[in-house]
Amino acid sequence: MELAFIIEKFALVTVIFMISLTVAAYSTLAERKIAGYLQDRVGPNRAGPGGMFQPLADGLKMFFKEEIIPTDSSKALFILGPSLALLTSLIGSAVIPWGESIQIAGRLVSLQIADVNVGILYIFGVVSLGVYGIMIGGWASNNKFSLMGAIRAASQSISYEIPMGLSIIALLMATNTLSMKEIAEQQHGMNWNIFYQPLGFIIFLVCSFAETNRTPFDLPECETELVGGYHTEYSGFKMGAFMFAEYLNMFLASAVMSTLYFGGYNYPGMDWVNSMLGPLFGPLIGMGVLLVKIFAFIFFFMWVRWTVPRFRYDQLMNLGWKVLIPLAIANIVITGIVITIFDKL
Amino acid sequence: MEPLSNRKKVLEQKPMDFWERLYLPAIFQGMGVTFRHMFKKKETIFYPEVEREFSENWRGMHSLKRDEQGRERCTACGLCALSCPAEAITMIAAERQKGEEELYREEKYAAVYEINMLRCIFCGLCEEACPKEAIYLDGPIVPADYLRKDFIYGKDKLVEDPFKA
Repeated sequence: MELAFIIEKFALVTVIFMISLTVAAYSTLAERKIAGYLQDRVGPNRAGPGGMFQPLADGLKMFFKEEIIPTDSSKALFILGPSLALLTSLIGSAVIPWGESIQIAGRLVSLQIADVNVGILYIFGVVSLGVYGIMIGGWASNNKFSLMGAIRAASQSISYEIPMGLSIIALLMATNTLSMKEIAEQQHGMNWNIFYQPLGFIIFLVCSFAETNRTPFDLPECETELVGGYHTEYSGFKMGAFMFAEYLNMFLASAVMSTLYFGGYNYPGMDWVNSMLGPLFGPLIGMGVLLVKIFAFIFFFMWVRWTVPRFRYDQLMNLGWKVLIPLAIANIVITGIVITIFDKL
Repeated sequence: MEPLSNRKKVLEQKPMDFWERLYLPAIFQGMGVTFRHMFKKKETIFYPEVEREFSENWRGMHSLKRDEQGRERCTACGLCALSCPAEAITMIAAERQKGEEELYREEKYAAVYEINMLRCIFCGLCEEACPKEAIYLDGPIVPADYLRKDFIYGKDKLVEDPFKA
């Protein structure tokens, strides 16, 4: 029994790991393709049909490039930076419920690696850790541009974690649980949280743009001012690790938003589908639906990136502290009042 | 003062109204614009397979011309080299021997004629300077190469094919 459990979890971890890495790799291609299409171009199309093998070519290029470690940098930290960024963006997906439990050979297998009862807090912890990779990398480079990028990343991350957390509080008041699994289960069918927390969702969305360092909040790496920002001094696969971490963060943020606000693996008519396909393939369809939602969010991230120009630093701080935090607090108050009124009735 | 034309427009900066200060509507508007561009016709020309048409006065690679009987027109007078602002052209003249009348039109010809394509700025002054209508910049794009010496084009690359005309 114990062995089966370990095998089951190990298999699940491997599958999720592979999915995350594949999605991140192909996000790089998708980004370039979408950028091309939004700008009336076609994007990369030479490596394989429609550019299918572009991520492989890019990966190979990263591997074979010369890795330069600046002489004045602190070497251990310089290597630790990208490793930490990659690590933290990978471990976040452990608490995402990828689907309902499936039944294999009479065993109920949960499609969630760890059902932590404080799943949301875990994700918050991991996301806040993510900025350490950037900070350590920027600091260890011993370069003024890198340091500026790291400082910006840190202050941006601190500023936007507050409204993010506040918008989650309103969600928790509505759902009464911190467990990702229970939140997903509550949104059965079309009973999604977006209909109860539209303002909270918008705040969460804007903050996740800031947390993943995506345009319009990509000040830590803004090319026009800081050369490359925190990864100015990085080359070869360490640079690739930073880039990969960004795409993994985007994948994680999309997964979290889909699970918290867009019903996760739930979709209208899922009971009927489950009764038709049985306890093995029904939940797998749900997992596919979740992936589709994630891809839609990733597309949204890229769509915004190629539309909205970058914020100025003071505008960023203005938006974070003077707009989003009051809005999030107002959202909490409104949610509280509505819940009290409906409970009394 | 009377304005010269009446096209001057005074723009006044109005304070933004509430809808504009919301900022999100403007973003959605912009995203609508970019989304529409996704389905527009792509401007890309797939270069090695498809070539864009050159304009009529396009100046590409040089070619040394032959006359109607297939003889080289160039007499190695050196006017092209003299006119060249980039000093890209060099040549060594030679005298036509008996029995070479089908090869060279005049008594003097260029035994060596070299253009350094890295120096050339494709201004077309050699074309204008040539009194014998022997050089024209009517070729394709000069291709890329790996070594500097391979960019010095000799007669083997410049002289037009004998049976073309």
